[in-house]
Amino acid sequence: MSLWDSYRMRIRRKHRLFRAARKSWELKVFQDATGAIRAGDVLLICTMRNEQVRLPWFLNYYRALGVGHFLFVDNDSTDGTLEYLSRQRDISVWTTRASYKRSTFGVDWMNWLARKYAHGHWTLTVDPDEFFIYPFCDTRPIPALTDWLDNSGIRSFSAMLVDVYPKGRIDAQPYQPGQNPLDIASWFDSGNYTIKRNPTYGNLWIQGGPRARMFFADAPEQAPALNKIPLVKWDRHYTYVSSTHTLLPRGLNQVYDDTGGEKASGALLHAKFLDTFTIKAKEELERKQHYAGSMEYRAYAERLKDNPDLWCKWSEKYINWRQLEILGLMSKGNWA
Amino acid sequence: MTTVGIVMLVHTALERAEQVARHWTASGCPVVIHVDKAVRRRTHRAFVQALSDDPLIRFSTRHRCEWGTWGIVAASQSASELMLATFREVRHVYLASGSCLPLRPVQELINYLAARPQTDFIESATTADVPWTVGGLDYERFTLRFPFSWKRHRWLFDKYVDLQRRFRVHRQMPTGIVPHMGSQWWCLTRQTLSAILEAPNRAVYDRYFRRVWIPDECYYQTLIRLYSRNVESRSLTLSKFDYQGKPHIFYDDHLQLLRRSDCFVARKIWPRADRLYQAFLTDSAHAMKKTEPNPGKIDRIFTKAVERRIRGRPGLYMQSRMPKHGFENGITSAQYSMFQGFAELFDDFDTWLARATGTRVHGHLFAPGRAEFAGGQTLINGALSDNARVRDYAPDNFLTSLIWNSRGERQCFQFGPADNQEVNWLVARDPNAQVSVISGAWSVPLFRSNRNFGEIRKEAARLQKIEKEHLDVLRSYYAKARVRIWSMAEFVEAPMEPLQTIVDEIGLVHQRRLTEAPRMVDLSGFGQFLQNLKNQGMHPYLMGDFPVGPPASPVSEAPTKPYLVR
Repeated sequence: MSLWDSYRMRIRRKHRLFRAARKSWELKVFQDATGAIRAGDVLLICTMRNEQVRLPWFLNYYRALGVGHFLFVDNDSTDGTLEYLSRQRDISVWTTRASYKRSTFGVDWMNWLARKYAHGHWTLTVDPDEFFIYPFCDTRPIPALTDWLDNSGIRSFSAMLVDVYPKGRIDAQPYQPGQNPLDIASWFDSGNYTIKRNPTYGNLWIQGGPRARMFFADAPEQAPALNKIPLVKWDRHYTYVSSTHTLLPRGLNQVYDDTGGEKASGALLHAKFLDTFTIKAKEELERKQHYAGSMEYRAYAERLKDNPDLWCKWSEKYINWRQLEILGLMSKGNWA
Repeated sequence: MTTVGIVMLVHTALERAEQVARHWTASGCPVVIHVDKAVRRRTHRAFVQALSDDPLIRFSTRHRCEWGTWGIVAASQSASELMLATFREVRHVYLASGSCLPLRPVQELINYLAARPQTDFIESATTADVPWTVGGLDYERFTLRFPFSWKRHRWLFDKYVDLQRRFRVHRQMPTGIVPHMGSQWWCLTRQTLSAILEAPNRAVYDRYFRRVWIPDECYYQTLIRLYSRNVESRSLTLSKFDYQGKPHIFYDDHLQLLRRSDCFVARKIWPRADRLYQAFLTDSAHAMKKTEPNPGKIDRIFTKAVERRIRGRPGLYMQSRMPKHGFENGITSAQYSMFQGFAELFDDFDTWLARATGTRVHGHLFAPGRAEFAGGQTLINGALSDNARVRDYAPDNFLTSLIWNSRGERQCFQFGPADNQEVNWLVARDPNAQVSVISGAWSVPLFRSNRNFGEIRKEAARLQKIEKEHLDVLRSYYAKARVRIWSMAEFVEAPMEPLQTIVDEIGLVHQRRLTEAPRMVDLSGFGQFLQNLKNQGMHPYLMGDFPVGPPASPVSEAPTKPYLVR
């Protein structure tokens, strides 16, 4: 890596930070409980739109794992999300009606919140349909993980997206508020992932899973990226570049070992494929607010017409993190 | 008051330290606490205040305790001095930290030590014999100076070490001492400890060790050899270190493991492991049985963790393990076989091989149309798809995933010059691969095809060129696979022997001779076919020399009859 490269990355990072500051004008405070954030709290930052039905379980799940405070950006929800969140004390909410796409798909907003509130905190950046799994998550809360990461001098923690889906039609079982989505969507693909290195940012680019298999079989290079680095000991100089796939400075993307060992890593169970998805896909297609001209949603819409079954006889039923570890999707590393 | 005194070094999680200190004193053990100078004055005052009601607790002079520096030794020195001076009955002093947790009832420790009144428990080994030094500094930690903090000024630390190495700095050791190292958590008798602390030339030793790297792992461990009459070289504290020299941390889910460890004290405990503190501090009935300490059971789990971090699982490529070229530690996870030319030469090779070896035999996995999985499946283990575009997007990943997904079952597949050639280097470099090639056998389907000869000629030239390149890869110096290459003529001459060798090597089912061979295709006229190619100006050479007339091999004599064992 040359000095020139480093300089370019620095400019890029500054640009993202500047952009975040500029886009922060689009955010309006709806509920500011950030005064309740204590030193050492694990924070969760999330951008969403019309996800009220998912929130009860989402909040339960992450509270149980030891998240101290939630910072939400609500992008113009119309389903009562705001009313629902307003009754809860560990939640701060900002609202915006501005374009999701032009805020780099929410990244600018989240970068801003992180810069302002998350400096020095371990920060989890997830979507409402993503459930963070890490080694020993059934017996140890997230602060146990972050303490260990601190101890080991690690600043960022990787958790690959693992798409979970139901057996049968996606809309066969309606999802009820407060229900564990994994009760419905409990299957996943265990071994059809491709990994490439991204030389620009030094991160890995992982694709595959049911979405590549079903929706992008003819254009696998366009399949969505599954590599994510959602848990970071935030510093106000850090910034996400594209979704939570890539960070700057680049050292934060070094979540993998390249000399044969395994670093500790987790997974984000991605419960996108519930009955709510069909409506969502249609809506998102009309709003055209997603990555690459909502190409992903176009691919979905095309296939969803015939109600495809994502399940196949080689699908694995999710049991626990140990199963994901054995299958090689995540690793304990040297955490024992 | 009992004869065991506890010196406790504390820097965080003070409420846990308080809890443990009270646990010690409840059994009559006096405790001297050293609080790191980095702890805020107000916090410190509150801590002292909270423990002020306990007459068996004292606080010693505070030092700044940074990892790897002298401060920790200084802290243990002043606390020990206070302990020996204040509590005259104390016979053994136990050095513990705030994150240590007594696993067995304190009375058992007291009894254990009372039964060994003259024994010093301290791990102490010469530097040549310890495997755990981190950062390549073992003997050098005694011969160089380390004035810079490794944690805060890593660059200066490294540069200064380099500088000293260049100028061949070699510190003079105080006379009479032989460097020893070991766990920093010890339990010493009053006699030995006071001998160390009151040594006439302690100032000399202290000055020397002040600039040694990580003195808390070698100060007492070295000096003990001068004064102790009875060293038992092991630590009573269960403490496991990872490959970076950081202690492993115990959590709630280690409860059963710790119960079975039979150790007196464990470190380090996560401060929020409520269940552990609850179980071991309040519930003495359940704590543990009276047995000789035996931490070996815990060893395995932590050794495995370190192993996983350093070596990883061979053949696994994932989000946190992406070895660069040459560092794979196993390019694939299991042995597999690649066959080139066999399916062309034999009509029923797939089924025959599956029967003969009990392995899973795929067709051409890298065929242009689709991945020909065994049994014509479109998806296979791990939901790996047979879609050619998906496969060709990352052929290496496709193969390594296939082998990883089907661990426990040997995979065999056919290959040929008409297939995607991108995995050739990966396979050639992989010691798990068994590659068998009948060179030139790709010409058999052409020979049997009903195509125009011009087309055949063109195709033959193309395939021969591709196979030649592949053979160069397989024969290269870098190839680590078990490669066998026969020219087609050679193979047709005596096919049983090579087949036997291959099957023996796979070695799953049969340890006896093959009783049945696959059925070879009818090759009569093949020599003429090759001659025709030559006549057209193409030079087929990979298949070896076939006579133009009917071949003299047994094939032509009884072309439809399976081979019998001779």
